Amino acid sequence: MTAPVTTGPTTGPPAASASSRGLPPLARYLLRRVALAIGVLWAAFTVSFIVLYLLPGDPVATMAGGGLDGEPLDPAQLDALRARYGLDQPLIVQYGERLWAALHGDFGASIQTGQDVRGAILDALPPTVQISLAGLAFAIVVGGAVALVATYTRAAWLRQVLMALPSLAVSLPVFWVGLMLVQIFSFGLGLLPSVGARGPEALILPAVTLGLPTGALVAQVLAKSLDQTLEEPYVVTARAKGVGRVAIHLRHALRNAALPALTVLGYVVGNLLAGSVVVETVFTRPGLGRLTVSAVGVQDIPVVQGIVVFAAAVFVAVNLLVDLVYPVLDPRIATGGGSR
Amino acid sequence: MTELLLREVTTPEDPGAAVAVPRAATRREKATRALRFAVRRPGLVLASITVILVLIAAFAPSVLASGDPNVGVVADKLRPPGAGHLLGTDYLGRDVYTRVVHGAALSLQATVIAVAVALVVGGVLGLLAGFVRGWVDEALMRVVDVLLAIPAVLLSLALITALGYGTVKVAIAVGIASVANFARVMRSETLRIRTSTYVEAARAVGTRWYVTLWRHVLPNAAGPVLVLAVLEFGLAILAISSLSFLGYGAPPPAPEWGSLIAEGRNYLAGSWWLCAMPGIAIAATVLSVNRISRALDGEWRRAR
Repeated sequence: MTAPVTTGPTTGPPAASASSRGLPPLARYLLRRVALAIGVLWAAFTVSFIVLYLLPGDPVATMAGGGLDGEPLDPAQLDALRARYGLDQPLIVQYGERLWAALHGDFGASIQTGQDVRGAILDALPPTVQISLAGLAFAIVVGGAVALVATYTRAAWLRQVLMALPSLAVSLPVFWVGLMLVQIFSFGLGLLPSVGARGPEALILPAVTLGLPTGALVAQVLAKSLDQTLEEPYVVTARAKGVGRVAIHLRHALRNAALPALTVLGYVVGNLLAGSVVVETVFTRPGLGRLTVSAVGVQDIPVVQGIVVFAAAVFVAVNLLVDLVYPVLDPRIATGGGSR
Repeated sequence: MTELLLREVTTPEDPGAAVAVPRAATRREKATRALRFAVRRPGLVLASITVILVLIAAFAPSVLASGDPNVGVVADKLRPPGAGHLLGTDYLGRDVYTRVVHGAALSLQATVIAVAVALVVGGVLGLLAGFVRGWVDEALMRVVDVLLAIPAVLLSLALITALGYGTVKVAIAVGIASVANFARVMRSETLRIRTSTYVEAARAVGTRWYVTLWRHVLPNAAGPVLVLAVLEFGLAILAISSLSFLGYGAPPPAPEWGSLIAEGRNYLAGSWWLCAMPGIAIAATVLSVNRISRALDGEWRRAR
């Protein structure tokens, strides 16, 4: 793959340590990470503000047109609506007000329903978390199994076939996979329900659909990491001691190889959130994805912005968590100077 | 050329090599080599054929399917795949094969726009960041970090909220959402080339900065960026078909791949081919493009 090799212009460690002398290294590291995370969130808010408020398109006109079945409002009414949502202010004032409100967790009210945006997102969250977790479990189990068997097997053809699966899986359109699964398992075999969110059976097909691309990623990352780990001196030592292949694979290699796979977790969670847009539509389930689709459909700008910032927050939070947990799980990093 | 010279220098004491080597490849030898290259990579050949077929479908659809994609015989509706209709017919009796072939044009057009937007915007940002350095680099890369923090689908959806519906708008939204990767790769390439001897030499003889950029940096940075563009092509097809499946793409009668699947969804229980066939077209195209991208990536690495 074409891995973008950019480590960013690192501000030199000496300069950083001089400015925050007195703090222990871990606290300094923590502080810098949190500051970076807040910076990204602010920027995500700004980018989404620029995209949604600066680009052409009049949400008030759209809303008025859609809300009253195409009957256009007169200019005075439009102006009144604009004033109500603060859209008549200069952009910089709007930006300042909205940023200040967002800092307090207030993303305004939905234009479509009038509901508080934070409330709408929190209401829609549980079903999405549910399928995301189920999808993640599927991805880890299946992707992990593929990687383990592919790196364990001595049959070259089997390895080749298994390692071709991930690139096949990421080439399939997610919504199409969902529809085909419905066709086969619901309509063809009559085993599982095709739509809805009732009962654990209804969770299986959406979870598989959502987890497939993620599983492909897990398989690729884990297989690469396993291949590298199996060359490590401690594996050679274990082999020389006469430890069995299975034991080496599971007890020595997998435990160490699983760590680098953690670093893609932020990306994975973002993927699952994004995938829920399509999967919830295909399986007509409630959730964040459905909320997104309906908000985009009526140009409900506050809701769309809230979701974008929420997604960025989740991504940033997961990455922060991984960065913090990583040194604990892998002591080699902590002693290595923590330059990342 | 250089290869031959090197070989003579490194093995002067080997008499066999000195006799056998210095001869240019004849045309037949070249053909045999190309053939061997192809036979060893059946997947790549298949991928190339698929892409060529898709290109024909996009630019001259009537060569592959002469019928009108939007006209059907209602009496023939929902026929399964068979002799008369290769891939069956839809709920208005329209031939699915014809619609898939004609749909390639819309889908591909959108994909090309998306990749072009990503390539140009991302390329320029990366070039600027890598060439100017300093605070410009710092600021641009922070923007890129943010774009990477927001899932591409959500970013595209935000752009669609602002821009509105339609194939071109969806394409632009998908393109902007994938600017970040291009900017990063372009920047790292520019940084690499900036420090090379020939750029230093160009500077030393007083070449203007924009000439240096255009003549030296851009051509040498292009390789990995173009490989990424081919890879992005596959991703863009998937993203665009997803968005048109959600209903943000071309309006109904148009046979865009994603919307074909959306149309077929209502008939999923009885007529599986309405959804299956366009999906197979998408999957085959994306797989082929990815295979070609991987081959190009390998070529580039070897050439470097």
